[in-house]
Amino acid sequence: MSVAETEVRNFTINFGPVHPSAHGVLRLILELDGEIVERVDPHIGLLHRGTEKLIEAKTYLQALPYFDRLDYVAPMNQEHAWALAIEKLLNIEVPRRGQLIRVLYSEIGRLLAHLMNVTTQAMDIGALTPPLWGFEQREQLMIFYERASGSRMHAAYFRPGGVHQDLPQALIDDIESFCSTFPKALEDIYSLLTENPIFKQRNVDIGVVKLEDAWNMGFSGVLVRGSGAAWDLRKSQPYECYDEMEFDIPVGKNGDCYDRYLVRMEEMRQSNRIMKQCIDKLNAPDGKGPVSSLDGKVVPPSRGEMKQSMEALIHHFKLYTEGFKVPAGEVYAAVEAPKGEFGVYLVSDGTNKPYRCKIRAPGFAHLSAMDFLCRGHMLADVAAILGSLDIVFGEVDR
Amino acid sequence: MDFINSALDYLLGIPILGWGVHVGFVYKALLLLVALLVFTAFILLADRKIWAAVQIRRGPNVVGPFGLLQSFADLLKFALKEAVIPAGADKVLFILAPLITATLALGGWAVVPVNDGWAMADLNIGILYILAISSLGVYGVIIGGWASNSKYPFLGSLRSAAQMVSYEVSIGLVIITVLLCVGSLNLNDIIRAQYEMGLAHMIGLPQLTFLNWFWLPLFPMFVVFYVSALAETNRPPFDLAEGESELVAGFMTEYSSTPYMLFMLGEYISILLMCAMTTVLFLGGWTSPIDLPPFTWIPGFIWFFLKLSMVFFMIAMAKAIVPRYRYDQLMRIGWKVFLPLSLLCVIVVAFVLQLTGWGWHGGVA
Repeated sequence: MSVAETEVRNFTINFGPVHPSAHGVLRLILELDGEIVERVDPHIGLLHRGTEKLIEAKTYLQALPYFDRLDYVAPMNQEHAWALAIEKLLNIEVPRRGQLIRVLYSEIGRLLAHLMNVTTQAMDIGALTPPLWGFEQREQLMIFYERASGSRMHAAYFRPGGVHQDLPQALIDDIESFCSTFPKALEDIYSLLTENPIFKQRNVDIGVVKLEDAWNMGFSGVLVRGSGAAWDLRKSQPYECYDEMEFDIPVGKNGDCYDRYLVRMEEMRQSNRIMKQCIDKLNAPDGKGPVSSLDGKVVPPSRGEMKQSMEALIHHFKLYTEGFKVPAGEVYAAVEAPKGEFGVYLVSDGTNKPYRCKIRAPGFAHLSAMDFLCRGHMLADVAAILGSLDIVFGEVDR
Repeated sequence: MDFINSALDYLLGIPILGWGVHVGFVYKALLLLVALLVFTAFILLADRKIWAAVQIRRGPNVVGPFGLLQSFADLLKFALKEAVIPAGADKVLFILAPLITATLALGGWAVVPVNDGWAMADLNIGILYILAISSLGVYGVIIGGWASNSKYPFLGSLRSAAQMVSYEVSIGLVIITVLLCVGSLNLNDIIRAQYEMGLAHMIGLPQLTFLNWFWLPLFPMFVVFYVSALAETNRPPFDLAEGESELVAGFMTEYSSTPYMLFMLGEYISILLMCAMTTVLFLGGWTSPIDLPPFTWIPGFIWFFLKLSMVFFMIAMAKAIVPRYRYDQLMRIGWKVFLPLSLLCVIVVAFVLQLTGWGWHGGVA
């Protein structure tokens, strides 16, 4: 007697786009053999808004708020890349105080993003408490955003030539006191997770990326550092005044989810260190002064000046109707965003609108490696790996 | 105590329409059911409050003072909503599954002695009854997952089938260790044994009842039982059957409204049953921790529910603190750690009892 031969079919499930750990609108088609993942097929585009094309129809300043809406977990870091690209083409210098404020708020953005990611990574493997503890800190940081720019998320604060307005001294003092309490709050989350045997079992040796693979797949940021390369744009090609700051680049050893978690935790401590230095420098005599370039052809005049000076009034009118013109040319400007290298490739044809703007979002490269990372792991690991990649769909789908 | 007992016996013994004792039995059952459901409502709230406190939130605080009526508001909401049955689902089984879960969970309480001799049914094989009932509980989950005819519930029910069965084995062995010490399958006897013999008697201070209780001599078993109870009732870190970040809501994904509420209710009542089992097996049930006047004035059932609440607090804290195991890790712990450990304990305890002649000799069975 023989048993009839039947073809065993793998179990295909649709992971998202409405799934609690799909991080927004990711849709993964998972092919499962029991609980083992045989194939992962990420489908993206559900949050596509045509940012790059829209930017072509806007003046340089009008295009800026689109960058807030890319990685909406750390909005100002994206604005930074855009402002840097324009400044490179215009060849203007940002005053020192403007640079310090930019660095300060870039690091606040890094805290915002890493807090969100580390705690949701914990949530993806079932620990529901860390996110709430993290939100407590994020709330304070978002209030700093609001007090500087008037908006908690979509700040539009980093403008070509500097930042929109100066920080009040009270805000600087409050950020300083935050810097002294934050390490304690971070330590609480750290002690809850780091040595937890379940947390370790779920992260160690999961989603391992070898350094060579990381380079080949276009990874950047924590995914490269977690695999052992001390690659950080803030050190390797310093922009603004990062070369004055003292900070270390944490690197991982094994390139697994656990190392990426540890790297992020340490980066938060380093960010805190940079923020403290920024505040000291802002309070020092040479940290005073204008916060944005005094070139009236790019940066609009202050309200008071506009009421008094004929030239300022003309500048104001021109900047808010036509915008400023950028010399023809191509430029690539990149910043070390919390998620990796965030770059803007800008082509200008000499008019007041960009000819083409290509956005290099780190999350896109990371997400495209999902199949490589997840193959052979179990279903539960997909959520853990996805959590450790730090995907935000604003920037992946653009 | 005796007064309350006899008053209750009197009230419950009133024959109506000549049905005699049967009506009393129905009264008793109804009383237990209502008390249990109300208690569950507050335990549910406590669970959410404890969880909220750990997460620096307030938790439910709008309905009634301190949110005390939240669970009742939820009950109304669940009962009044439309029960959506997916088009592809097996309608009969889909509705049957939550009924099975809730009924079995409630049924288990029939033999639990909340006070001396207060069990609904004072079975002499009470512990076997509970084991049997809680084993059947897995059917609700499997049927619910299968009848949904959907992929996530299907995976969830497959997981829970394996999980609940694996941890039942270690729970069984833990219970055997206790039974070896007691020599009776009756739950009330297990409690009395912890009152009448043990460490406190050995050191000559029989008033310190809490030293008598089995949690101390059988401490490893106490821990194994606690962890297995978490796994058996699908609580974190073993909530794989409904693991939110992987399976959305596992076997309950397609459920809504009253059927969903029945699953929830069943889940919480079986958690309470497990807490009650811990109380009976390891914490001396209704006995007071110190056998001296100020403590003995408090009625036994109050002690019972205090202990039960304490165990529940530990379970609620576990939910707030730990991440979730992966499926294979869960299986490995069940079969490679807990099973050998509890098996070893059974052997060691049996040897010790045989060699020393310790153990309780007042049982009826």
